Amino acid sequence: MSGHSTYQPQNAFMQWMERRLPIAGLVYSSFIVYPTPRNLNYWWTFGGILSFMLAAQIVTGVVLAMHYTPHVDLAFNSVEQIMRDVNYGWLLRYLHANGASMFFLAAYIHMFRGMYYGSYKEPREVLWILGVILLLLMIMTGFMGYVLPWGQMSFWAATVITNLFSAIPLVGESIVTWLWGGYSVGNPTLNRFYSLHYLLPFVIVGVVVLHVWALHMVGQNNPTGVEPKTERDTVAFTPYATIKDGFFLVVFCILFAWFVFYIPNFLGHPDNYIPANPAVTPTHIVPEWYYLPFYAILRAIPNKLLGVMALGASIVILAFLPWLDTSKVRSARYRPLYRQFFWAFVIVCIGLGWLGSKPPEGNYVLFARIFTVYYFAYFLVILPVLGKVERTKPLPNSIADSVLLEGKPIGAPAPPPPLAKA
Amino acid sequence: MVIARTLAIAVALAALTAPARAQEHDTPNPPMNKWSFSGPFGKFDRGQLQRGFKVYREVCQVCHGLKLVAFRTLAEPGGPGFTIPQATAIAAEYQVPAEPDDQGEVKPRPARLADYFPPPFPNEQAARARYNAVPPDLSIIAKARGYERGFPRWVGDMFTQYQEQGVDYITALMQGYQDSPPAGVTLPPGNFYNKYFPGHGIAMPPPLSDQRVEYTDGAPMTVEQYSKDISAFLMWTAEPHLEVRKRIGMQVVFFLIVLSGLLYFTKKKVWHDVKLHPEKLTPRPPTEYPRT
Repeated sequence: MSGHSTYQPQNAFMQWMERRLPIAGLVYSSFIVYPTPRNLNYWWTFGGILSFMLAAQIVTGVVLAMHYTPHVDLAFNSVEQIMRDVNYGWLLRYLHANGASMFFLAAYIHMFRGMYYGSYKEPREVLWILGVILLLLMIMTGFMGYVLPWGQMSFWAATVITNLFSAIPLVGESIVTWLWGGYSVGNPTLNRFYSLHYLLPFVIVGVVVLHVWALHMVGQNNPTGVEPKTERDTVAFTPYATIKDGFFLVVFCILFAWFVFYIPNFLGHPDNYIPANPAVTPTHIVPEWYYLPFYAILRAIPNKLLGVMALGASIVILAFLPWLDTSKVRSARYRPLYRQFFWAFVIVCIGLGWLGSKPPEGNYVLFARIFTVYYFAYFLVILPVLGKVERTKPLPNSIADSVLLEGKPIGAPAPPPPLAKA
Repeated sequence: MVIARTLAIAVALAALTAPARAQEHDTPNPPMNKWSFSGPFGKFDRGQLQRGFKVYREVCQVCHGLKLVAFRTLAEPGGPGFTIPQATAIAAEYQVPAEPDDQGEVKPRPARLADYFPPPFPNEQAARARYNAVPPDLSIIAKARGYERGFPRWVGDMFTQYQEQGVDYITALMQGYQDSPPAGVTLPPGNFYNKYFPGHGIAMPPPLSDQRVEYTDGAPMTVEQYSKDISAFLMWTAEPHLEVRKRIGMQVVFFLIVLSGLLYFTKKKVWHDVKLHPEKLTPRPPTEYPRT
């Protein structure tokens, strides 16, 4: 927890330092003795994975920026130059491009985990909202990064997405011109996207610091959703959480390496290897896979303005989740009905993603509409009502009970506490 | 789980209606070929790359450039495996603009290893005037073309590492010409019918015919073989570091698997007491419970 550092350095220099800048004490209390619930499962390792991905993206991105040229006539070839002539440039670029996908994959798993176990509920509302802000920042950063290679998909994605703002009544057209820095997507657009693509990751770092700070104020949620009550419910961050996070991070990196080294263009689109050409529109303009669910929601609505509003609302609504879910019970383990609606929601999100990759015609639109209705109904109808009507299962008395009595009926007497309270 | 199951069925239904729609577009998927460079151990076949390069030089080069490819790369590791003198000799056959001379005039000079393949036409307008179309540069065409794999095949592709849509498409395109379009199909004037080309009307005349390029290594001099060789060559121009990428990939994945194994057992050892003997845990400094 914050504030009460029990760090007492032996070394004279560290003692001197600790009285002036207690940074070692901060690390000690936050990442060494910090108590984490003993029953965290592997879904809780994605926070660490996300930190790693953010660092990896920044490191590869900074080096790529040393070789990249943000100019409409040179950008495409400068990326190819990186792929061909920069030492291990192909590795840097494939790490960065696939890293974005891995980043989003980890973020989505992290969010679904939070939703399943009710991690957004009191007192973790601010923690959750900071996470939603991080998602928004990631979406903006990822989109601008995709524009930089200045291939056909880059150009047309920039055109389609910036044009969404033209749906705003009265000032829409002016806003679009302002975003472009001209009367079409052109060199000023590319320049500002590059500038912002370099800036936003550091904003993300800042919000991550707040996110971790908020986390360390309220402590982690856990699969039971029952707060730790005694020391028997927790273990120290190091070595327990460190080794567990480290192990799963390496497993995640196997997946990452598989994409980078063997199927680096699997998640990309062939059209982005064609230089941008404002005179030729690709047959299907599709965003990267991680935007597809939102893209499907946008296209499910026949009116442009309403579609754009639905697109924005589909992300912003997440910030209100702590108040839309009226149930006092956190974890889906003890909410049998909620669990069904949750998995239906996961399927709907994946289904929307798949529909987003399809042309907006025929049955695809129909299904996209049905799924969009469910997406919003989940937040606006199902969660508020469910909290009032659902009969939840009895909660364990404590985390230790739930672990030590695994398999035994809940309510059985707890084993005597092995640790005397200090 | 009733709701989840109903939705799963709905998704599956939507997925099943998709192939039926795809049929309407009547462009067949290119057949899949066996490539030496596919899969985790993939390497280019040097002979095939050299043959493909010969096809490029004697056929494609008239209209298509390779502007991102430097002559030096012909002799670099992981490529067609020409020697440096061979690559120098190849480069010298091309003319590139020289640096301005004392009078400020730019004259052509023979290319050197550091130069790039010169474009076959000075600008798009010139190409259009000559060919009635702009022949695309071929440097990364193998990655810039492909076809929709569709569900569920794309899921399997993640595991089988199928990344050869582009080369399979080019191979099929080279062999997909038909002398006369099927009944009821009219093509724009000057276009040719190709069953694999999206829309079928392609401005490029059939480029290959049997015996057109002479092979000296005994490989069959057929359109089929030419198609595969040129496709393999274009895969190399598109991805010149493919071999080293896959080799490093094998090392990285092997290392990560061993490391994750070691970490797994370390984790088990560390957590042993927590799982089985929680009473043996060293007490930690008092912290604030319960949290408010």
